[in-house]
Amino acid sequence: MGLTYILKRLFIMIPVFLLVVTLVFFMIRFAPGGPFSAEKRVPPQVLKNLEAKYHMDESLMKQYFRYLGDLSRFDLGPSFKHSNRTVNEIIGEALPVSMELGFISLCWALLIGITAGGLAALKPNTLYDYIPMSISIMGICLPTFVIGPVLVLVFGLWLQWLPVAGWNSWQDRLLPSLTLGFAYAAYISRLTRGGFMEIRHQDFIRTARAKGLSEGQILIKHALRGGILPVVSYLGPALAGIITGALVTETIFNIPGLGRFFIESALNRDYTMVMGTSLLYFSLIFLCNFLVDIVYVILDPRVKYE
Amino acid sequence: MSNTTLPEGIKPHEEEVGTSLYKDAWYRLLKNKFAVLGASILILELILCLITPWVAPYGFETQNLELTLAKPSWVHWFGTDNLGRDLFTRILYGGRISITVGLLASLVSVVVGVIYGAVSGFIGGKTDNILMRLVDILYALPFIFLVIILMVYFGRNILLLFLALGLTQWLTMARIVRGQVISLKHKEFIEAAKSIGVKTRFIILRHLIPNALGPVIVYLTLKVPAVILEEAFLSFLGLGVQAPMASWGTLISSGVEVMEIAPWVLFFPALMLSATLFSLNFLGDGLRDALDPKGAKD
Repeated sequence: MGLTYILKRLFIMIPVFLLVVTLVFFMIRFAPGGPFSAEKRVPPQVLKNLEAKYHMDESLMKQYFRYLGDLSRFDLGPSFKHSNRTVNEIIGEALPVSMELGFISLCWALLIGITAGGLAALKPNTLYDYIPMSISIMGICLPTFVIGPVLVLVFGLWLQWLPVAGWNSWQDRLLPSLTLGFAYAAYISRLTRGGFMEIRHQDFIRTARAKGLSEGQILIKHALRGGILPVVSYLGPALAGIITGALVTETIFNIPGLGRFFIESALNRDYTMVMGTSLLYFSLIFLCNFLVDIVYVILDPRVKYE
Repeated sequence: MSNTTLPEGIKPHEEEVGTSLYKDAWYRLLKNKFAVLGASILILELILCLITPWVAPYGFETQNLELTLAKPSWVHWFGTDNLGRDLFTRILYGGRISITVGLLASLVSVVVGVIYGAVSGFIGGKTDNILMRLVDILYALPFIFLVIILMVYFGRNILLLFLALGLTQWLTMARIVRGQVISLKHKEFIEAAKSIGVKTRFIILRHLIPNALGPVIVYLTLKVPAVILEEAFLSFLGLGVQAPMASWGTLISSGVEVMEIAPWVLFFPALMLSATLFSLNFLGDGLRDALDPKGAKD
């Protein structure tokens, strides 16, 4: 993989990003209703001042280019609804929470998924295979907003083992991250199993076996790198899914993360917040896909991007 | 895996007596117990939803404020919600919405994807290159955020909902159809059609698309649960179907609010949604195995 490929990928992100900015900007501006229309009647002079403060009195094109200018300095502007706070500040507080939730969920997904899938591949057509694979079908078919409430009901309300909401202690992290990670653990376990099953019959595994290595050694030293490839290529969509799934998880467990701000600001017509949060989401997902592609090349020497 | 070996269950002589591909696929599908179970559940659900207005034991909006959050009983099979409305009735009506949105949005996505993919694959060359790069770029966009913004700003009406969901889901379809069309377009029957001067439009519509239909059907069966899930996701967040209408997503969402005192209000809609998703996924997998014997291993 050359440097040219990386640069090319980064370069193509610029027009796409501009397209997204333009699309979202005009979509929310052309829609009926504005950030101040829901408020109780304010005197015309106050409204005028408010609009002047947020440059709403300028022409749409002027506002658009002003926004692009601010954006190039990473300034997302002041929030329309959270007075005296900038979008940058709010994101600065909410993003770490969401990142932590996403990271723990991904760890669960990888840990549970690869362990279960590897075990199933090691002893195919036994209980070690059937039990995890049946559970994984559940994980794929049950949506987050069903798993989450059920976990809350069982572990939070009936057994009273874990807290049901909030984001303070480590116990608070358990249920949300398991809820969010479960579906991905399910997919990853199936992909791992499939990957290992395919690689088991390759020549280099037979050679390793002929050398007299134990099954465990073969699995970890030789099969893992190749068997894990389907999982790596799935990581891009998985990360994107975890980021969107966090919208629901944060709502269920009352976590002060980015997802809640995004939905709240969309409902409140908080123009700058909607722009800021959605642009952040877009960039995050772009970045994740990009990183996953690079990891894939490192792991699989056969793949070369032009 | 070599392509020359015939898949299990088909003996070479069967081809001589002329078993068609679709007949073969049908037999293979019937052998798959999970797919048959899934299909049966779905057919039952579809019938129930079609005849809902005649079989529903109560009205959709009928409230019985003296019997709120009642437990499941012979009077109210699935219990009642916090306004004393019969949950069984509401789930049936909710199913109508969820399934309609799922089917229509998938249909929109299939139509767009098939035409886009077929055109791109058939014309080929530079046009194909540009069209597919566009798909690559769109692939990386998390459309759900655009859909959320769209739903919030342009009113949450159901027509917009399935258009928005459908128009953001056609990318994979386009890729699949393009691949099929490219492998088909150098076959003799297409050459023959070209040589007698059939117009490009008719070659695509009459000859290419019907022959690429297998994967399209499979993909459609797997797309419907994805769309139903997405609609439920939006409705759960309060951004999808609006009251007085209800989908399974909104029913689950209101079930969560009262799950502490009345878990069945959450349980039944969740069960219905999950059963539908299970069935569609099983049927889709079964269809894929049946229609594509080469990929049927594992």
